[in-house]
Amino acid sequence: MMIPRALSIAQSEMLILRRNRWLFMATLIMVLFALALTFAGSAPTGSLGVDMLTISVASMTTLSVYLAPLLALMMSFDAISGDLDRGSLSLLLSYPPSRTEILVGKFLAQLAALSFAMIVGFGTAGALATWSGGSGPESLLALARLIATSILLGAVFLSLGYMVSALAGSSTAAAGMSAALWLIFVVLFDLGLLGAVVMDQSGYFTQTIFPWLMVANPADAFRVWNIAASDAVALSSGMTGAASALPGWAAPGSLLLWPIIGLTLARIAFGRVEP
Amino acid sequence: MGNTLTIKSVSKFRGDIQVLQDVDLVIAPGERLALLGHNGAGKSTLIKAILGLTPVHQGSIQICGAAPGSAEARRTTAFLPESVSFHPALTGREQLTLFARLSGAGADVAGLLDRVGLSDALDRRIGTYSKGMRQRLGLAQVLLGRPKLALLDEPTSGLDPISRQDLYAIIDELAAQGTAILIASHALTEVEARTDRIAILRNGVKVADDTLAALSRAADLPTRLRITAQSDQIEQLTAQIGGRRINGAALEITCSADQKMAELRRIAAMGDAIVDISMTPPRLEDLYRHFSKEDSR
Repeated sequence: MMIPRALSIAQSEMLILRRNRWLFMATLIMVLFALALTFAGSAPTGSLGVDMLTISVASMTTLSVYLAPLLALMMSFDAISGDLDRGSLSLLLSYPPSRTEILVGKFLAQLAALSFAMIVGFGTAGALATWSGGSGPESLLALARLIATSILLGAVFLSLGYMVSALAGSSTAAAGMSAALWLIFVVLFDLGLLGAVVMDQSGYFTQTIFPWLMVANPADAFRVWNIAASDAVALSSGMTGAASALPGWAAPGSLLLWPIIGLTLARIAFGRVEP
Repeated sequence: MGNTLTIKSVSKFRGDIQVLQDVDLVIAPGERLALLGHNGAGKSTLIKAILGLTPVHQGSIQICGAAPGSAEARRTTAFLPESVSFHPALTGREQLTLFARLSGAGADVAGLLDRVGLSDALDRRIGTYSKGMRQRLGLAQVLLGRPKLALLDEPTSGLDPISRQDLYAIIDELAAQGTAILIASHALTEVEARTDRIAILRNGVKVADDTLAALSRAADLPTRLRITAQSDQIEQLTAQIGGRRINGAALEITCSADQKMAELRRIAAMGDAIVDISMTPPRLEDLYRHFSKEDSR
């Protein structure tokens, strides 16, 4: 019984995402940015000796670090608080599905929408580069990796968005908390680490602790995974040092673990909501 | 056949405040119970406790023998939250279809929406609905899957008088098919004729629980007479008749049922100074006030 009920919720959520044009807007944003970066980034191709798509994957990796969490949080922040505001959460909870089923249902729908936007957006860039002869097997693999990891990164922030939505108590508060969450994970965390590294002047912290701290942040794990896995991408993005100090499983491990952590935290927070 | 809902000496605290205190309540199959009380009296808290959405600290609640919030209880209970709204992007049909799927009941969604008078708005988005229409949609989901217990929190809020008639017709149908119904309300005049029993909550304490007739007898409330006088003679009249001044031209006296005619004759004898007399027999509101006050003494 569990899966069909979660799917019913997912189906309804999907309908909402299509109706309120979220799916369309998210896809449009991804396509526009991917196209812009593919064309704008095609200039230095010759000097680095890599193909057009590699350059564009490197730029899109940098972009996706900001955009994937943002889109995910914007979709998920009112998943629970919105129902609470409308007074329909108590009604939903009086129906047979458990809170886990409700959460899973919403997650499935929003993850599907996000995946669609990522695949279409980055896929367009890939198709365009291939069409103009600027791609190869390695860069296509890098693109596939970028899409998969962007979806994973989105999944992390969807789940963190549910947690915030459950904790906030109202959509307005949830929106504010989501913005703070995005700022901390995507901007402030890196700034803090950077500051610590500068203070430390290549001491023990920089050598040993810093790479692990960095990869503990899903946004950085995403970056490290994409860069470490492809020499060409690393070369064109100019980031190699930190990634090479870690074992290969560290970044994928972190990025795969985070959605589970996020969903668990969201479920705990949702469990404490009294509508 | 036992009671559909059995609540035994339930207490609940919110911080240091006791929001429910030793509340006992039963509802039999097919019975319509009105749960009355001010805002903050504990009506909604009690309903949430019955739904298992909020824990109670003492006592027990059983729905057809099942614990609140259990799968069995959720299957048998229908709920209409106070002034509920739904996602504005869905249509009424889509929203009700979702509820039907979640409840596991194969339902005639279009038929149910027709039953609550929404057949014209079936495929329109809920965002375009009026408050009354949203309330009707909420009512339609109560009818899904023949519930054994229906909890309606302020079901008449936002409804126009004709819709209220429809609402009570639907409630009567539910009761006729054996659903135990709890209506939390402060629309006193409406539940008066439409319920089998009345329970009054005050500050988390149940201060009354009986039929309207029995409560009226127990309270022995007076009839009120409101006398409107010529404005220049009101002072003099008040001195003569006694009672309480309402405004510049009216005063109100109370008397027991057997003194009523004597009072009327006395006032009528005063001639032109009296413009109008209106008489109000004790109503639910007075009962409500009576039982509410009793506790505070």
